[in-house]
Amino acid sequence: MKIPEIDLYLIAPEIILAAFGFLVLLLDVFLPNKGRKSYLGMVTLIGIVLAFLYTLPQIGLVKSGFAGMYISDGFALFFKITFLIIAFLTVLISMGYTQREGIAFGEYYALILFATLGMMLMASGSHLITIFLGLETMSISIYVLVGLMREDKRSVEAALKYFLLGAFATGFLLYGIALIYGATGSLYLKDIATYIASKSLLRNPMLLMSLVFLTIGFGFKIASVPFHMWTPDVYEGAPTSITAFMATGVKAAGFSALIRVFFSALPAFRPDWTSIMWVICVATMTLGNIAAISQTNIKRMLAYSSIAHAGYILVAFVAGNDLGTSGILFYLMAYAFMNLGAFTCVILLGKKGEENTLITDYAGIGFKYPLLAVSMTIFLLSMAGIPPLSGFMAKFYVFSAAVKEKFYWLAILGVLNSAVSVYYYLRVTVLMYFRESEREITGLQFSPASVIALILAVIGTLYMGIFPANVLSFAQRSIAGLM
Amino acid sequence: MAENVATIFQWLIFLGMAFISVLASFLVITRKNPIHSALFLVLTFLCVAGLYILLYSQFIAIIQVVVYAGAIVMLIVFVIMLLDLEVELKAKLKFVYSKVIGGFLAILFLFGIFYAVVAKSPTGKVGSYTPEKVTANVKAVGEVLFTQYLLPFQVIGILLSAAIIGAVILTKKRT
Repeated sequence: MKIPEIDLYLIAPEIILAAFGFLVLLLDVFLPNKGRKSYLGMVTLIGIVLAFLYTLPQIGLVKSGFAGMYISDGFALFFKITFLIIAFLTVLISMGYTQREGIAFGEYYALILFATLGMMLMASGSHLITIFLGLETMSISIYVLVGLMREDKRSVEAALKYFLLGAFATGFLLYGIALIYGATGSLYLKDIATYIASKSLLRNPMLLMSLVFLTIGFGFKIASVPFHMWTPDVYEGAPTSITAFMATGVKAAGFSALIRVFFSALPAFRPDWTSIMWVICVATMTLGNIAAISQTNIKRMLAYSSIAHAGYILVAFVAGNDLGTSGILFYLMAYAFMNLGAFTCVILLGKKGEENTLITDYAGIGFKYPLLAVSMTIFLLSMAGIPPLSGFMAKFYVFSAAVKEKFYWLAILGVLNSAVSVYYYLRVTVLMYFRESEREITGLQFSPASVIALILAVIGTLYMGIFPANVLSFAQRSIAGLM
Repeated sequence: MAENVATIFQWLIFLGMAFISVLASFLVITRKNPIHSALFLVLTFLCVAGLYILLYSQFIAIIQVVVYAGAIVMLIVFVIMLLDLEVELKAKLKFVYSKVIGGFLAILFLFGIFYAVVAKSPTGKVGSYTPEKVTANVKAVGEVLFTQYLLPFQVIGILLSAAIIGAVILTKKRT
């Protein structure tokens, strides 16, 4: 019996997140009722910052542990930092929102921490079981978080829809993993790649089927067409803070696992998956953008826009070169800031029992709430890809990666789609500044934590747009050794 | 002499288990009352678990009892109780199509198994079982679970707590 080396420093961030998850649960029970709700968010934030501090020193090191189940390399660390930023901002915007909607339980924060832990495991798993368990930990926490507003019919409906479809997608993913094990006899990503290369299994039907199943399983999590049907309903029904968490965190985690599995375990099948992904990518961009135009609810519009953004990121995935992969990393971090920021604005414009999520509700708020309107404008323009904001740089890297690999049509379709998207993003901005409001929106309460989150998101969006080189070079260093 | 007795005993157990499992699975599909069907399904699973033990695969036998006879049948019974089956029972077996397709698939599956067992003669490790080999079965799973798969094993703990927390928060009465 061989005991594998147990390096707890390697998984220190995960341990901290798990420990704080249980701590928050216990505090909710044992602390006196008065004012405890705001403590819980603070404790969660401390946990996330601690996990962040334990992640930073690992940058630059490549270390594998737990009998090769877990790897901490640049790729994993970049994603971990992204997830922790997303979790931090989500908790900040949750602190006011959960109190307003009456869902400020310890369980809420604990599940956010567990979901973040699952995402981190997805990014740093080097064995398909670790990746699968990370995905399930994340998914189960999110299913529950979506349905947390039990009194709201839409929330319950969203949770049920997401759970049933998600369980189905998980089944596909697991079937794909089982087929890979059947064909290669291993679940270690590196061993799978070497076995396929040594035995030349390129036309093996089991592996080709598993490729399809893995595409379905991950495609569901990143909300790509045709596995996107759940997205608008779930994003609309879920608590808005959780919608933001899903649109940024779950999507980023899905991409991290997709890239890790396809690039390090199945690089031999690149021609096969390129042709599948090309179609999925174009369909995702086009459908997302066209459906977003006709939406009247801002949460649904942002849901379709997030589908479109998954399509843009897939452009770089199809290109598959170094610029493309680092572009994906850059894109996901930039998208985290701008999307979380946009959802923060959506939250701030609502109040208990009156969500104000219709797009026409935004008419005339430009002069009434100038700070809110300016930030919303920044986020929307960034998503549309207007320079000098981060969304422009992200799209620039993604499309130039495609051009570099001679996927000209893909780049052209991407740019055309991006032009279409300007319409619905600008529509909200125009409403905010050039229309009189039809009805008064009064009595909004801006919780200080949400305002801090808003400011951080604005800073992030501007910084990554004006000084993209810092983050991009970090992303480029991170993907060294991935392929 | 003693060996002969053991062999005969094994044969008797095998025949008993095999007979009961076939009979029970036949009853599963012929009973009108779905709860009776579910209970006969448990009997089938238990007999198959006995067959696994005769094949020296205790681990699979235990999993068969815990997962199939325990968890999955529990789920089936829950679903049966939640649905109103009275209406279904009254509308007496209208679905002839589903029967034809189901029967066709069953026959196809049967031929598949025959083909795999007879024509392909499955390969595996040859040799008689020794006590060491027999105990190694469960021991190997346990060892791998706590050494190579240590991290995933711990992660399952987090996963299950998240699921339980979720079940409680979604169903309990809020104060």
